[in-house]
Amino acid sequence: MSVIGGVAAAGLQVLAVGAGAPLLIGVMRQVRARLEGRVGAGVGQPWRDLRKLMRKEPLSPRGTSEVFRIAPLILVATTLIVAAVVPLVTTASPLDSVADLFAVVALLTLGAVALALAGIDTGTAFGGMGASREMTIVALVEPTLLLAVLAVSVRVGSTNLSQIVTSTLDDPARVISPVTVLAATALAVAIIAETGRLPVDNPSTHLELTMVHEAMVLEYAGPDLALVEWASAMRLTVFLGLFAGLFAPWGIATSGSVAALAVALVVFMIKVAVLGVALAAGEVFLAKLRLFRVPELLAGSFVFALLAVVASFFLA
Amino acid sequence: MINDPVRLPVGHRRSASTITPDDLLATAADLLADGFRVALVAGHDDGEQLRVVYLFTAADPDRRVELHVPLDAAHPHVPSLAGLSFPAGRFEREMHDLFGVVPEHHPLPRRLVRHFHWPRGWYPMRHDAGEPPEFGDVDGPYDFRAVEGPGVYEIPVGPVHAGLIEPGHFRFSVVGETILNLKARLWFVHKGLEKLFHGRTPDDAVELAERISGDTAVGHTLAFCLAVEDALGLTVSAEAQAARGVLLELERLYNHVTDIGALCNDVGYGIINAQTGRVREQLLRINETVTGHRLLRGAIRPGDTTLRRPPDPGVLAGIAADVAEIVDLALAQSVVRERFTATAILTRAQARDIGTLGYVARASGLDTDARRDHPSSPLGPAFAVHTETGGDVLARFTVRATEVQTSARVIAELLTGAGESATEASPRPAGTVPASGVGIAEGWRGTIVHRVELGPDGRLSRVKVVDPSFFNWPALPVALTDTIVPDFPLVNKSFNLSYAGNDL
Repeated sequence: MSVIGGVAAAGLQVLAVGAGAPLLIGVMRQVRARLEGRVGAGVGQPWRDLRKLMRKEPLSPRGTSEVFRIAPLILVATTLIVAAVVPLVTTASPLDSVADLFAVVALLTLGAVALALAGIDTGTAFGGMGASREMTIVALVEPTLLLAVLAVSVRVGSTNLSQIVTSTLDDPARVISPVTVLAATALAVAIIAETGRLPVDNPSTHLELTMVHEAMVLEYAGPDLALVEWASAMRLTVFLGLFAGLFAPWGIATSGSVAALAVALVVFMIKVAVLGVALAAGEVFLAKLRLFRVPELLAGSFVFALLAVVASFFLA
Repeated sequence: MINDPVRLPVGHRRSASTITPDDLLATAADLLADGFRVALVAGHDDGEQLRVVYLFTAADPDRRVELHVPLDAAHPHVPSLAGLSFPAGRFEREMHDLFGVVPEHHPLPRRLVRHFHWPRGWYPMRHDAGEPPEFGDVDGPYDFRAVEGPGVYEIPVGPVHAGLIEPGHFRFSVVGETILNLKARLWFVHKGLEKLFHGRTPDDAVELAERISGDTAVGHTLAFCLAVEDALGLTVSAEAQAARGVLLELERLYNHVTDIGALCNDVGYGIINAQTGRVREQLLRINETVTGHRLLRGAIRPGDTTLRRPPDPGVLAGIAADVAEIVDLALAQSVVRERFTATAILTRAQARDIGTLGYVARASGLDTDARRDHPSSPLGPAFAVHTETGGDVLARFTVRATEVQTSARVIAELLTGAGESATEASPRPAGTVPASGVGIAEGWRGTIVHRVELGPDGRLSRVKVVDPSFFNWPALPVALTDTIVPDFPLVNKSFNLSYAGNDL
């Protein structure tokens, strides 16, 4: 595929993730509302919220430094890079070499760390509290995340995400294995924790003392808050897209043809929407774990990931 | 007993004696040993002198004893009862702030009610207090207890919160996530409510009583009207008594249902909150048909109570069944149950020593309920006091869930006219001046006590309001010891104390 075609395909991924992420959040909220017997605000509400926030004047609290102001930009930038390189719609990104398992996880963690630093930078009790909780969770999630994807990469012999996807597309039967089940379970828990969903964090709470992610970004307002919210939505989209790509890659374009890309885009949106709806529907039946129980859940998912890696060597 | 004072009957099951400050400690100790509790302590400014009234109540049988202690206005000192009763010590601090009555040898003689910005030595409840002074920063920083040690840090929260709640500042001393010490700083919204009652006729004051605490309109209005009726010797018809019982239970219903949902919402189980929101709306609409007001205002008057249209017991039974199903669904979710169980335990001894009331007390195993202990409405076989022994969030949740069922049955029973009437002629000496009355009602939060005094012109000369939150607030930090910070909102909701009823 030509470099220009690859750039266009990567651009398409960024566009799809950027425009679609708030809609995904909207769909998930709407599903949850309907299942709970509420009317719901509509699928477009997250976009309307972002528009409202973007129109407000930028404010930053007294005493905060550049760390606080740069964090949303780092968060958005890292998420956009990941959206460009991860094989969501196409395996032909021009930054193919960056689409390495470790690089992607490191980029996503960089955004989380930037936000945690910003939380500490505010000097408020909530910022520090949220940052400390977030870092605790991130420290427990990252190993699981790496191990789970590693388990899938063993049979391919490469940690390059595009190669993993291409290999699965070439030989679909290999997906059906105990390794996949173990790795998918571990990755699902890790994604739920990483994106701050129930039962680890409650994204809709107004109770500042119980918050994890929300406590960290409590001091953000206006356009900065819009960036943080937008990036959070994109992170969820990218994680769900990555999950779908690893375990059900069908539809991802390996050629640069416009038709293949169009089909791949539609399939990508359907897959992410299905996963999002499943996540939202599951959340209706879940309550939030006591904070001290969260490590137990994450330790469990780590064991699954470890078993997946071990099994992948034995079954290879 | 030293100098056994002459107790004169002054109202419904109530006697009063006037004693000197020197006799106070011994007399109070005798009463407390006899099973009485300090229900109310009120300062009075009689012009020439100050007077402190201590109201002690006891259950089974219903007894109410008042001690009147006149004090020299130039040297208003009383011996502190804080060593005998924790709530009495709190009342004394309140009285010190409002009247300048000094409790001698009080173990914690700090301000309680007095706002940070009120000048020292200004006592708003004195007759000569005049207009409220300009606010100024006069009292230095608030003295929070500093907890020190490696890794200990403080989390200040409030007084302005993210949700739509009243102002309260919470200062957590925390190591990791575990709460070592919590100081709840309240008293940001003193409204001067008791003084607003002064000079009103009892009928004109009902609208104030209805607004003491918005969610307890019936409880406070009932306590106020009972107090006025006690003072004036009014009798209330059996129908009106039953109607009052119905209103009291309707108020309990909608508040309990709301909090059952809110507790589940606080652990992220939003579907239960959505469902209780639906039930709450049904109940509020029933309230509107019954009284013409969704929060049940306007029905209770001194001497009378009328319902526009009695609620349909069948509909309420359906709602109760609905709530029972919702509660079962909530507790069937293992994470919800896990979050509630053993969270913020208030032991029986702590609950008793602090003097807690209402469902907080009953969840810790204290068998207290003014509907039975100081009855004002007919009580039938459907009524039962439900206690739990756990003292945790689950116990408080369960007590309230059970009370929903009891309330629905009690309403049905009251509407059919079953149950014994609580009416009884009380001996009353003619021409007692000032005429005084005490009203006790079990609001949904707990026992509400009002004490009124009427001047010769029939206008209110003093009204003292005691919301159960005044007794229950100190229990919250005690229960929270060694709880983790993210559980605080859940625990706070399980107590659900009133700011407005507390800070009058």
